[in-house]
Amino acid sequence: MSAHEVPAEGATQPGDGSGPSGNGTEPILRVEGISKRFGAVVALRGVDLQLNAGEVLGLVGDNGAGKSTLVKIICGFHQPDSGRIFLEGRQVHFRSVEDARHHGIDTVYQDLALVPQLPIYYNLFLGRELTFGGPLRLLSQHRMRRLSERYLDDIQVSIPDINAEVETLSGGQRQAVAVARATRSQVKVLLLDEPLAAMGAKESSLIIDLIKGLAARGQAMIVIDHNYTHMFELCDRLNIIEQGVVSLDTKVADTSIEELTSYMVSQYRKQVTTGREELSEAGR
Amino acid sequence: MAEPATLVTGGPPAGPEPVPPPAGRAPRRLPIRRIVERREAAIFVVAVGLFLYFALSTTAFVGYNNFVTLTQFLAPIAVIGAGEAVLLTAGEVDLSAGTAFIFFPFVFYYLTTNEGLPVAAAIIIALVTAALFGMLNGMLTTLLELPSFVTTLGSLFALDGIMEITSNGTQFNLVIPGAGGSILGLYSWSEVLWALGLVVVVYLILHRSRFGIHVVASGGNLVGAAEAGVKTTRVKIWAFVLCSTISALIGIVDASRLSLLDPGNDGTTEMFYAIAAAVIGGTALTGGRGTIVGAAIGSVVLGILYDGMYIKGVNAYWFQFILGAAILAAMVLNVQLRRAAVRHWRSLRR
Ligand SMILES: Nc1ncnc2c1ncn2[C@@H]1O[C@H](COP(=O)(O)OP(=O)(O)OP(=O)(O)O)[C@@H](O)[C@H]1O
Ligand SMILES: [Mg+2]
Repeated sequence: MSAHEVPAEGATQPGDGSGPSGNGTEPILRVEGISKRFGAVVALRGVDLQLNAGEVLGLVGDNGAGKSTLVKIICGFHQPDSGRIFLEGRQVHFRSVEDARHHGIDTVYQDLALVPQLPIYYNLFLGRELTFGGPLRLLSQHRMRRLSERYLDDIQVSIPDINAEVETLSGGQRQAVAVARATRSQVKVLLLDEPLAAMGAKESSLIIDLIKGLAARGQAMIVIDHNYTHMFELCDRLNIIEQGVVSLDTKVADTSIEELTSYMVSQYRKQVTTGREELSEAGR
Repeated sequence: MAEPATLVTGGPPAGPEPVPPPAGRAPRRLPIRRIVERREAAIFVVAVGLFLYFALSTTAFVGYNNFVTLTQFLAPIAVIGAGEAVLLTAGEVDLSAGTAFIFFPFVFYYLTTNEGLPVAAAIIIALVTAALFGMLNGMLTTLLELPSFVTTLGSLFALDGIMEITSNGTQFNLVIPGAGGSILGLYSWSEVLWALGLVVVVYLILHRSRFGIHVVASGGNLVGAAEAGVKTTRVKIWAFVLCSTISALIGIVDASRLSLLDPGNDGTTEMFYAIAAAVIGGTALTGGRGTIVGAAIGSVVLGILYDGMYIKGVNAYWFQFILGAAILAAMVLNVQLRRAAVRHWRSLRR
């Protein structure tokens, strides 16, 4: 396997310039030693990773490995217990999602973060509504409707009616709305937490094309998905997250689905064996 | 822990996929459908039906004097109901709003009569106090993560207690001389005009402002709204502030009209009517859906029922029972009609 195991300290690699605009050595996003616990649960224990300019980085790992938690820390939703985040080489502290968004980070959350009772166009502008009337912040409904319609047309997402409540949409349509919201404005880093879950084949290919289109324009992004076929199609590089740490960092070109699968299976076997040993030790 | 093999789900899932509808604009919705689709449609029909019933079956119902009585009865319900509609939409409730409606006129009375403050200054101070009271409700609820049913039940009793202590349980006559009195409540229509103004303001806040959308989002999907960048805690706190402040204001207007402050009333009747008005108007108790127009029509329905039965001379014992049954019927009808409508439109959309 040409992919190398990441050493415990510092996953930093030289910028490999894999993306179209990856000419500098400074990655667009770098996180160092990010840890996070929720009560007794340790979700992340010192994650290091970097995202180069124009690169699509894939995160894979078991359920509960900490992928979503990492995304929610990068986008300002959670505060890390320790660790540092660098955006274009400068250290940043995001106090809120809004704060991170102002710095150019936008997210498609695993739970989509849509409001079922609101129409599609309001969901597309949730948290970033267009307003008039100064401090009164009255809604520019017509503008939001028009822009939503135009944008969904542009990216060829077919939605029956922009005024329809999200509640009446299918799972795939909802996902498309969530992806559309995050990709509508220009961002430096796009975080996509399972943007293909709940999608049928047709809808998946639509979102995959959308992501590829963004990648072709040099959009840097982190994508999470459990489907290796999709990941190999979309990503330039893959990081495997295991129990809250990045355990493997490899370029897609240097590996294969079979190789990664057998790696995951061997890791799984190792866990099972250690688990058994621990059990039998406890039994003594 | 997942089986490692399931991590590789090669290829798209098998099976035919529904063909998405072709791109392009949906046809314009018919105006009649727009009206029927509105959540307020059902309660509006109920209101018109009740109005016609009492207008045709009694002689005293339609007339200047009775309309004054009717509007004076429903004005506080409409305003407190609008406040409750906002809170219910945010996924909360304020059980203390009726008590604020009764209590803050006392604050106003103490400031004008005992402290000799000008009317305007006394109103402003009373309203700021009411806003702080709402903020306390909101902070207890959001920061301590307690259900507002509990926090506002507590503040209801506390506020009622303060009222009993400070007033010593005695009634006061509230007399506001001059133009202030007329503007506040002595002119026959002033209370309903105040109510109308406040309901319009709350309508604009909930349905036309960014804050309103954030209220809906917080009540509809609290975590999702926060993930999308909505400051849900702040939004909820301000919703509590809004509810107590407008309840206090319409309370001062109502007390000025009656020229009487009665600590014997704890305001729970007004609170229950207000919540009933909001709910029969189409506001969901589960959050995420609310309509100020519906709450206003709901208060009109309650007013017509109350006043109409009074005119018909319904026996006092039966009165509460019929009122209760009618509220229940209106709620059931509204929910059922709405469900039928949603089912119908969904079947058309698919
Ligand atoms: N808000 C929270 N409160 C408590 N525990 C949490 C919270 N969010 C995540 N966790 C825990 O942290 C761990 C990592 O969760 P996370 O959602 O990041 O996993 P994931 O890799 O995204 O999994 P999946 O593939 O299932 O989405 C899990 O054990 C989870 O239960
Ligand atoms: Mg996840």
